[in-house]
Amino acid sequence: MAKTTKSLEEVTIRFAGDSGDGMQLTGTQFTNTSAIMGNDLSTLPDYPAEIRAPQGTLFGVSGFQIHFGSKEINTPGDQCDVLVAMNAAALKVNLRSLVNGGSIIVNTDGFNDKNLKLAGYEANPLNNDSLSKYQVFQVDITKLTTLALADMNLPQKIVDRTKNFFALGMMYWIYNRSIESTIEWVNDKFKSKADIAEANIRVLKAGWNFAETTEIFSVRYDVKPATLAHGKYRNITGNQATALGLVAAANKATLDLFLGSYPITPASDILHDLSMYKQYGVKTFQAEDEIAGVTSAIGASFGGALAVTTTSGPGLALKTEAIGLAVMVELPLVIVNIQRGGPSTGLPTKTEQADLLQAMYGRNGEAPVPIVAASTPGDCFYSVFEASRIALKFMTPVLFLSDGYLGNGSEPWLIPSPESLPDISPKFRTDPNGYLPYLRDEKTLAREWAIPGTPGLEHRIGGLEKEDKTGNVSYDPENHERMIRLRAEKVERIANDIPLAKVEGDEKGDLLVVGWGGTYGAIRTAVEQKRAEGKSVSQLHLHYLNPLQKNIGEILYNFKNVLVAEINMGQLIKILRAKYLVPAVGLNKIQGLPFKSSEIEKKIDEILGGK
Amino acid sequence: MSVLVDEILSNAKAAATPVGNPVGAAKVSAKDFQSDQDVRWCPGCGDYSILAQTQRILPDLNIPRERMVFISGIGCSSRFPYYMETYGFHSIHGRATAIASGLKMARPDLSIWVVTGDGDGLSIGGNHMIHLMRRNVDVNVILFNNQIYGLTKGQYSPTSEKGKVTKSTPFGSIDYPFNPAALALGSSCTFVARSMDRDPKHMQAVLKRAAEHKGTSFVEMYQNCNVFNDGAFFALTEKETRDENVLYLEHGKPLIFGKEKDKGIHLDGFTPTVVSLKDGKHSVNDLIVHNEKDSTLAFILANMTYQEKLPRPVGIFQSIERPTYDEMMSKQIETAIQKRGKGTLEKLLSSGETWTIQ
Repeated sequence: MAKTTKSLEEVTIRFAGDSGDGMQLTGTQFTNTSAIMGNDLSTLPDYPAEIRAPQGTLFGVSGFQIHFGSKEINTPGDQCDVLVAMNAAALKVNLRSLVNGGSIIVNTDGFNDKNLKLAGYEANPLNNDSLSKYQVFQVDITKLTTLALADMNLPQKIVDRTKNFFALGMMYWIYNRSIESTIEWVNDKFKSKADIAEANIRVLKAGWNFAETTEIFSVRYDVKPATLAHGKYRNITGNQATALGLVAAANKATLDLFLGSYPITPASDILHDLSMYKQYGVKTFQAEDEIAGVTSAIGASFGGALAVTTTSGPGLALKTEAIGLAVMVELPLVIVNIQRGGPSTGLPTKTEQADLLQAMYGRNGEAPVPIVAASTPGDCFYSVFEASRIALKFMTPVLFLSDGYLGNGSEPWLIPSPESLPDISPKFRTDPNGYLPYLRDEKTLAREWAIPGTPGLEHRIGGLEKEDKTGNVSYDPENHERMIRLRAEKVERIANDIPLAKVEGDEKGDLLVVGWGGTYGAIRTAVEQKRAEGKSVSQLHLHYLNPLQKNIGEILYNFKNVLVAEINMGQLIKILRAKYLVPAVGLNKIQGLPFKSSEIEKKIDEILGGK
Repeated sequence: MSVLVDEILSNAKAAATPVGNPVGAAKVSAKDFQSDQDVRWCPGCGDYSILAQTQRILPDLNIPRERMVFISGIGCSSRFPYYMETYGFHSIHGRATAIASGLKMARPDLSIWVVTGDGDGLSIGGNHMIHLMRRNVDVNVILFNNQIYGLTKGQYSPTSEKGKVTKSTPFGSIDYPFNPAALALGSSCTFVARSMDRDPKHMQAVLKRAAEHKGTSFVEMYQNCNVFNDGAFFALTEKETRDENVLYLEHGKPLIFGKEKDKGIHLDGFTPTVVSLKDGKHSVNDLIVHNEKDSTLAFILANMTYQEKLPRPVGIFQSIERPTYDEMMSKQIETAIQKRGKGTLEKLLSSGETWTIQ
């Protein structure tokens, strides 16, 4: 049968299966191949907290969505065009993500009586008309995989583990992707296990060949490369970018990087990555708990390192007292919070932006901490670099906010040249003449960094209130107020040291959509869509949450309406209303999922009228 | 160490003050380690003696003053760093050990002391304490044990004896106390010792050994709180009773005690028992000979604590060698640089699969 090729501008695919089916790996491979082929893209891993949840259950379903195209891609896609479902539960959980008329590729072996029962299907959906509004492709992936490996005498367990590569091979054929980079990856990954490598490659090719030969698939699609800026690219997740940004900051500060951390989802990958970078002089310390993670970093900072602790919401709560100590002793420290659904243990593997107020106010006493937030996976690099710069220049702990969506999501990233990054080396105090631990720089109000080992600068710091200038313990009432105001003023003055905020779109108009963090892509897509429709709407995305940039008030006052879209109950909106007294309205979603751009578009329509 | 820190330290070396430099320099004394801050412990507090003995032994260590750091948590003992003319950090409750760990990893060149108490180190900071010891971070810990909460005005502590009546236990405490030396041994601490505030000579000797030990040194220091728990250790520290109640541990020597040196510790199976050297039934040859390298013996001796019929051992229970955490961390980095070459930022940023768009 003749096969035809159609060209597409963008596609969203969702791979779904049991949490042990290797769906994250399949998605990552498809992503890397698409990135190398020049597509712009954005991804959304969606996996359960259980490592190997009972097979076939609804709560054990793991998904990975990728949105790729020849145009600019800012979100992982509101809905998918194609759903690959390895079993009945995967179909059941993910069907609502599929567009009407979309395609479903199912592994029929995953629809036996037991699977159907676990997924809560009374009848097999493949055998009735419940899926009639979709195009369904039924393939017995398990059987075809087994046949492909029949002569290898591998245990069935191993054979079963390769079936995701059959699905990947089919998808590579349908979307006209090269299988080479995945083959390279397999060979590298299973260097010492030749038979496993061979099995995976065979199954991958079998999937490809099956799609090409069988009559099931008659159309294949071409998604041309996107027009991206010139340069060298790699695919990067937010957590990878955060790790790289920290190494870059230490390098540009000519300091050693020290990470004190305790494993926690979804932040652990930063600890893993940094632990690999020993040849870059990075010291990583897996502490006994979150508190030791941050306090060991404070100790390293006292010694003159660029000190970092990484965590997620519950861990940040545990570090609270120590961050207050860092505020008091005025030492540089970067606290990385990859936010997840809360409160308490909450939704460990799902995303949320509900730690902004914790970052702002979650300490005893008046303890202001600067906050920087990243907007895309690649931007995590620059934002954590900026957080480090501020920490070193202003001698203060700085909170860097990312989230599970950014941390695990990925996009193609234009690799910066090291020369393009600014020098951020601090100046250590060495002159003993006239040294006092709490003398401040006139402009920044930062105190000086005097590290142990420097003769004549022996001094004591601590959590008790400090006397202005000398740093001696002081219970004097006026001194306490002066010090509180000085510490607050120091943080406020960071606003003099950061660029002004920029509006995307017109600087005046009917509606400004304000966001921060990982909502950038969804808001941008929605605002662009509405602007194309002729609506007077612009976007303001905040990277600096504390202090706010100096022109934020001015920008807000230029719009008739202000909409603040957040993955929480309305946290930034509280800060903006309190500071600028604007009648902003909120768009809030708290489902552990990022915004769909359509949800933001709907809200824009609601405010501005129209469809 | 980083380029910047290296530079600071080499400049510092060139400009080194006489402190700790014995050759041709003025002799350093205890006074050089006294800061300008008034010492504010209660009059008569055992802390004064510990401060004085520490300041007394530091000049003998031949470590420049600027390389020394005293780190503390919260509690009476934790005011210690303010009184030391070294670098110091009075941190938050229980976390001094974790701060010290981070500092030692970042700066293996420093000599780091942790000053803590039975509440700070064994209650709120118990977790960090055991992990510091199992990792063998090269830090010296002095745990002031006064068996009471002093700074919060007299609640029982994790080392208070069962039945203790305090403000928070008006009907007597129902907690069993920690035995700090046994806890340290159980945490694989490489140097474990005990001394007493009212025995300055012994304390000096123990602190010196602790300072010289490579790896975590844990010194439990019996300390009298004359306000909230006066006399807790008087049976061990006062002239009239001391000799009968204290067993001084000395490496290579038989365990003998008593005013007349007429009693010793004999091992009956695994159980230490007191035998008389006068009754003709036992001689010195029947006694345990102390061996700091013997971890099994260290456990047996530490477990003599709180046993009414046995004297209380003080001295060095254990002193063994094991590679330190900070040493191994630096080594891993060295090895990685040797094997893979020193990483450059450019190489790192372009690692993994890349592609170029023309």
